[in-house]
Amino acid sequence: MSSTDTHALEGNSRHPGLNLGAAHAQEEDTREEMVFGFWVFMMSDLILFGLLFATYVTMLGGTAGGPGPQALFELKSAFIQTMILLVSSFTFGMASLALKYREDRVRLVVWLLVTLALGLAFLFFELKDFHSMFDKGGVPSRSGYLSAFFSLVPLHGLHVTAACIWLVALLGQMAVHGLDAPVKTGILRLAILWHFLDIVWIGIFSLVYLGGLS
Amino acid sequence: MSRRTLNEQEARECKTEQRNYLWGFGLALVLTLIPFGLVAFIDIERMTLWITIGGCALAQVIVHLRFFMHITLAKNKREDLLLILFTVLILVIMCGGTLWILFDLYQRMLPGMMP
Amino acid sequence: MSDATSLIFGRLGWDALPFWSMLHDHSPMTVINGVIATGAAGMVVLGALAAIVLVTWLGKWKYLWSEWLTSPDHKKIGIMFIVIALVMLSRAIIEAVLMRVQQTFGLDGGFLTAEHFGELFTTHGTIMIFFMAMPFLTGIINYVMPLQIGARDLSFPVMNQVSLGLTAAGAALVMISLVLAPFSTGGWTGYPPFTELAYNPGAGVDYWLWAVTLSTLSSTLTGINFAVTIFKKRAPGMKLFRMPLFTWTALCTAILMIFGMPPLTVATGLLALDRYLDFHMFTTDLGGNMMNYVNLLWAFGHPEVYILILPPFGIFSEIFATFSGKRIYGYRILVIATMCIAVLSFTVWLHHFFTMGQSAHINAAFGIATMLIGIPTGVKVYDWMLTMYRGRIRLSVPMVYAIGFIMLFVLGGMTGIILATPSVDYQVHNSLFLIAHFHNMLIPGLLFGMLSATNFWFPKATGFRLEERWGYRAAFCWIIGFMLTFFPLYVLGLMGMPRRSVAYFEPQYLPWMITAGIGAMVILCALLCLLMQLWVSIRDRHANNVFAGDPWDGRTLEWAVSAPPPEYNFPVLPEIYSIDAFMTEKDRGQGWQAPDHYVDIEMPANSTMGVIIGITGLAMAFGLVWYMWWLVIGAGLVTLVAVIARGFVRSTTRTIPAHEVQRSHEHWLEQVRRTNPIDRSLEQTTANHGRPVPPIEGAVQ
Ligand code: HEM
Ligand SMILES: [Cu+2]
Repeated sequence: MSSTDTHALEGNSRHPGLNLGAAHAQEEDTREEMVFGFWVFMMSDLILFGLLFATYVTMLGGTAGGPGPQALFELKSAFIQTMILLVSSFTFGMASLALKYREDRVRLVVWLLVTLALGLAFLFFELKDFHSMFDKGGVPSRSGYLSAFFSLVPLHGLHVTAACIWLVALLGQMAVHGLDAPVKTGILRLAILWHFLDIVWIGIFSLVYLGGLS
Repeated sequence: MSRRTLNEQEARECKTEQRNYLWGFGLALVLTLIPFGLVAFIDIERMTLWITIGGCALAQVIVHLRFFMHITLAKNKREDLLLILFTVLILVIMCGGTLWILFDLYQRMLPGMMP
Repeated sequence: MSDATSLIFGRLGWDALPFWSMLHDHSPMTVINGVIATGAAGMVVLGALAAIVLVTWLGKWKYLWSEWLTSPDHKKIGIMFIVIALVMLSRAIIEAVLMRVQQTFGLDGGFLTAEHFGELFTTHGTIMIFFMAMPFLTGIINYVMPLQIGARDLSFPVMNQVSLGLTAAGAALVMISLVLAPFSTGGWTGYPPFTELAYNPGAGVDYWLWAVTLSTLSSTLTGINFAVTIFKKRAPGMKLFRMPLFTWTALCTAILMIFGMPPLTVATGLLALDRYLDFHMFTTDLGGNMMNYVNLLWAFGHPEVYILILPPFGIFSEIFATFSGKRIYGYRILVIATMCIAVLSFTVWLHHFFTMGQSAHINAAFGIATMLIGIPTGVKVYDWMLTMYRGRIRLSVPMVYAIGFIMLFVLGGMTGIILATPSVDYQVHNSLFLIAHFHNMLIPGLLFGMLSATNFWFPKATGFRLEERWGYRAAFCWIIGFMLTFFPLYVLGLMGMPRRSVAYFEPQYLPWMITAGIGAMVILCALLCLLMQLWVSIRDRHANNVFAGDPWDGRTLEWAVSAPPPEYNFPVLPEIYSIDAFMTEKDRGQGWQAPDHYVDIEMPANSTMGVIIGITGLAMAFGLVWYMWWLVIGAGLVTLVAVIARGFVRSTTRTIPAHEVQRSHEHWLEQVRRTNPIDRSLEQTTANHGRPVPPIEGAVQ
């Protein structure tokens, strides 16, 4: 097939962004659209987050006498969540490498499970955070500012939850069908989502938490 | 399934990529620690602090894109780069516009909403 | 209400029935409005029943299920989108006429209550934008674009089904709201704080919220689908700058959908949080700020109007070229103008709220940006005129719409420039002047575009032409009716009449109102003519058959295949060497050739995903409106399970064997050979069976 030749010429990437390696040329050919489509979807999602960030900033003054960032946020727990997500991005990277070069299922599954555990840990700490905010009177119905906070940060959490569910579903698919083409592109797309969510989190910890606490 | 044995070139590539991820992780770590450290331990002027936080965040976004999501300037990756740049343009227009409009409005009509 | 019933039915009670209040309160006003509402509800119920009975009587359930509802074919999905649009168009026009009649009698009163009038303009606006315009243009792009770029289907056929399901669910929700009332009275823009729980605790706003949300999700997915298809699935040789102009506008529209829909999702999502979880984003108390909503809504709203107008620009470009028998003038410039418009449309949203209270310099900036859009649009108008210049123009039905468009649209554009001046806008803001302006863009622009596209591509989709006599009648009724209805509104706006007024107390308004009322009757005639046209065409379908596929001497690839096209569109993917690919082929005498050899074709297999997501989407939305939490949770779980289960499916394609492709293609070629080629002068006669005489020397530049 001629596209495999051009493929060899171009090095190991059929399409922009994350790639599977040379061993997967065929799948990449047929599934290229899916990955590109997923990128486009992510960008649409990014606009959504961007506008929520902007709206959050415009609501900073709307505390209506209620508790503000200084009273509600804890630097330590924000730091823990940040670290967990950063490490999980790295472990997903390792999973991608295991998929790309070795087709080693054990290694792949282990890295994915580690990533999943980190994702769940992140959610745990985030929920704990919200809980302690609630205890301090930081509920969304208290003020416009808190409403803005709770429309932005939990949406990221919801995305992480969805990513975790997707990861489990992919592991299930792998158990049933083995490491076939749809599973591989599935992992590829999930990787994009995962790294993307980490990027959104950079915005959240910088703007919401650090900005609020400084 | 058994692990595939890598040929020499692949092994080399694998090593490079692994190193790439490690680099990315290290850089991201530093860029996270700086703003957190500043906020936690050091008392500096607020404007400087904010600019540093913002700068670190931007740098970290680029690090993630480069090392984790493999967006580079290479020719065959342009399509995604263009997509991202276009998105950034739209983001700047929409978010910048939003802030410009609303803070101007606050100044004129709703001083209570100024943070 | 007992606990058990409220657990099951939420807050849905008998009083949701449209005739309920009439039973308790016998004042004439209540009775009149009750009768009208009950009539509307009866029509919905009867319509649904009639459809069910008809399908059962014809024994077509299985056919409907396997050939349409579960079909991933972009052509069928496109047609279903258009059917939804036409049904909703009929309803919205009837509502519009009702509003015009009310205002004709509205001096010191009229017969509708303010509440009822509020529901009418809200549903009319919401339907026209989200459930008429969007499905219509989505359907046409769905049908035509893959054919124009030489593809077999969209990139994500199942996602396409899901888009259709979501739009259908939203439309169904709006229809249900007639039976289990009320709908929102907050206008199609749904501004808080009026739409907040504190002022509007009923189900109305929630109907609006979820109907719009379903439509938004659908459009986002559609945008992604179209953009990826155009980027990745073009036939060999179809470079970007060889794509037909309609495909170009489809691409820009898709990009606008991808980036323009999220602000609306944010706005309606936050409003929903306010209403359901006691948030305070846009409330009047506790630090809420409704200005944020206005800002977000229009950050969507302006790109949206270009989502609506770009596809018609593409359609008219094709029509001017085809019916002038010329290549489009200034192809490259038209493409660049389209791109400029698409990008500029993200920079002007503030012109919808010049009067909010921000500084003059901000208004000036956005006003200037708005006026800038006039430049690329003007370029387009000149290009279209120069396409017609010295062409051999045939005044077909699409061309009548196109010429009506070009004249009226320029007028509307002028009033747009007037409105873009902030100081003028302060005077006419929120008046009927504005209503006249945007209908002046939307009816000649969007609606004429859709109707002329229907006349243009209908023979391609069905295999027979639309009858022209009723077509002309409809077109002229539309043009005249539009002018009679909306030109008086400019005057009324300048006289100071606010929009959304149920009644007025100035006798000077009356003559203008009566004129507008007469215009509405002409528009109603236009609608009837359209229905007649459809009926007569179906009756005469054998005489007007155009199986050979090229009734208008078309220029682009979609005319190179049979009418209707085979499921796989092209027996082998064509190779493209220039713009106007098919015209070039014909010019070189290379049209209608058999390929050297045929191969198996892999097509997406049928899937029930669209139906499932449509039904669960509707169930969730309905449950949310009436607080039936069990329904929301149940439908949500089904959605989740369905999506996950879909990931496990591996047999997603089916193969059409080469010999079958060969057989049907050669059958068609045989028919084409037997078809008598006709001259353009016979285009509208029964001699036209879809094969034109070869272009004469020099006819193709
Ligand atoms: C077919 C002929 C049409 C007639 C007779 C008509 C009539 C009307 C009337 C009487 C109103 C209320 C004006 C007011 O607020 O006082 C209205 C509002 C509106 N119409 Fe139409 N219309 C027509 C077609 C359309 C079309 C094709 C579209 C869009 C594609 C459209 C979109 C709207 C919108 C968005 C509103 C604003 C609703 C609101 O105030 O929230 N209309 N129309
Ligand atoms: Cu606008």
